[in-house]
Amino acid sequence: MRPRRTFQRDTAMRWATGWVGDRNRTIYTLLIILALLFPAIADVLTGGEGNHLVGTAADAGVFVLLAIGLNVVVGFAGLLDLGYAAFFAIGAYTYGMFASGQLLGSPLHHEFHIPFWLMLIVGMLVAAGFGIILGAPTLRLRGDYLAIVTLGFGEIVPLVVQYLGPGSPVGNWTAGVNGIAAIDPPKLPFFVAGPWVGAPIQVVKNFDFTNPLAYPMDFYLLMLVLVAVCVVLANNLYNSRIGRAWMAVREDEVAAAASGINTVAMKLMAFAIGASFAGLAGSYYGAKLSLVSADNFHFIVSVTILIMVVLGGMGNIPGVIVGALLIYVTQFFVLTNLPDWVTGLASLVGLSGLNQSHGDWVGLHDEVQRLNYLIFGLILVVVMVLRPQGLFPSRIREQELEKGIAEESVFDLREEQP
Amino acid sequence: MSTPAAPEAILELTHVTKRFGGLTAVNDVSFAINKGEIFSLIGPNGAGKTTLFNTITGMYKPTSGMISFEKREVTGLKPYRIAGRGIGRTFQQIRLFSYMSAVDNIKVGEHHRMHAKLWDSLFKLPRARREEREVHARAMELLKFVGIAEQAHNYARNLPYGHQRRLEIARALAGSPRLLLLDEPAAGANPQEKGELMELVQRVRGQGITILLIEHDMKVVMGISERILVVDHGEEIAEGKPQEVRTNPRVIEAYLGKSA
Repeated sequence: MRPRRTFQRDTAMRWATGWVGDRNRTIYTLLIILALLFPAIADVLTGGEGNHLVGTAADAGVFVLLAIGLNVVVGFAGLLDLGYAAFFAIGAYTYGMFASGQLLGSPLHHEFHIPFWLMLIVGMLVAAGFGIILGAPTLRLRGDYLAIVTLGFGEIVPLVVQYLGPGSPVGNWTAGVNGIAAIDPPKLPFFVAGPWVGAPIQVVKNFDFTNPLAYPMDFYLLMLVLVAVCVVLANNLYNSRIGRAWMAVREDEVAAAASGINTVAMKLMAFAIGASFAGLAGSYYGAKLSLVSADNFHFIVSVTILIMVVLGGMGNIPGVIVGALLIYVTQFFVLTNLPDWVTGLASLVGLSGLNQSHGDWVGLHDEVQRLNYLIFGLILVVVMVLRPQGLFPSRIREQELEKGIAEESVFDLREEQP
Repeated sequence: MSTPAAPEAILELTHVTKRFGGLTAVNDVSFAINKGEIFSLIGPNGAGKTTLFNTITGMYKPTSGMISFEKREVTGLKPYRIAGRGIGRTFQQIRLFSYMSAVDNIKVGEHHRMHAKLWDSLFKLPRARREEREVHARAMELLKFVGIAEQAHNYARNLPYGHQRRLEIARALAGSPRLLLLDEPAAGANPQEKGELMELVQRVRGQGITILLIEHDMKVVMGISERILVVDHGEEIAEGKPQEVRTNPRVIEAYLGKSA
């Protein structure tokens, strides 16, 4: 009796793992095709005016980077981080301060214009450094407690940034509530953007990032490269000694320690590496927007990234990417356009009376706009009820939710003994 | 086999005491384990055997006393450091990484023997690739050694109970320990599985690894151990060869007194 059941389980397992492996490959392939064709699709959809959409897609890429980074912390190492946007802010401000005129008014009295490419790395290192500063005293905490400490950190960083503006006792470092404006765009070195661009080779557009609205294409391509690099690096980590140690810590800290893993160091590393992804995204964000302001890094951003990770499928990189894209599209395209769509629909079916405001009724358009977050919440609830393990979960989550928790299974297996 | 003439101690405990508030779980215990032997720790439930294990492996800091391994003090070191020194262990309640495959569980055990640094792993440098291949080969070997090679790619949680016990031993062996602490490796197993597990323990010892064993089943313990330490209420009440311990009146009292 028993061997047969084991056999069935094994075959089911092999089938499932094979399928999941293929599924991830399919998702990657589709994503690559979509990414490469997107500028053309955008042009077709908008009748040749696709630039704006391409720029939006580049912004969505920021959240993809953030989701990949948070997935390292939450999905791989199992540490709940509710203040992840703080590291994003730190990356953005690092670039903003050292690639604009901002520090002229600071006690340093000197403008810094460090090249973007260097600042990408610096932003990562600074964010990782803050990850270690936050992690070192707090990673001994478990689960809920860690979540609360990170939540606090996420609130503190924007406040500190606002405080270090004009009139603060230590000088104006961050321009306070105004935010840092006129941040340098990336510049390509002479030999890439050089004189060969243009007339003789017409296909090659001038690739200088200086006019982000006219050339969102440049930022879009840069984002594709960044995402591709981050996916490869995160994947390498996942399949390495370090990735295994993270998973071991997530599964059972005591056993991990007894197996010779320095659990505190590993958690700290997960925190720092997760933060460095956010730092990278932050630098890019500052350069693309040319403006950073503390308002862009509040709790809601941390939560949005966490939703992307959980809804996409914790621990599974392609799932997390899809989650990030879907949430981004929902938040910044579906929800923003929903009021117009609904009014259009109402007029179409002859209920245009609803569109006018009278008395307490503000009109359908404004009403839907008011209910934006309610609708967003409803969408999330429905998705999580239908697919509690996320859209494209790692094999791990899928099993966990199907078969209950580990402890139960041990007893099940014991009872199976003849 | 150990030579009784000049036994060389691998693990020494001197006057180790562990208190939890007012409760003394381990009280002034001293003993030494010789290189290459199977040394058993027995005693009724709640006698402090597992506490002693946890103290040796650094899960608890002893309240007082000294523990030295291979002539170097390890008292109060962190668990991962003690594992790194060469003491492996298993748990009374199986603690595998449930959602990792059997082979990955073993690779985790090899973690501290590996040298790949962050950069090597991030960029999959040749050094890291080579090491991964070696680690994989060794993990497969260990799976074969404990007899569950066919389970390599199944989740630890999906393995039958006996296989989980074996996997836990394999994971402990992956760290290349010189001393292996087994906390009731045959708990919950039927007599046949028990026999097989004890045969595995003998084979592990055959590799030159010293074994400290906690076991309830007196028949099993008497058959396999060179020396036995009996504890009750956190105190040692007898130590010696199986036949000496078996006839010791205090031991009989401790056991019969509990079960009566």
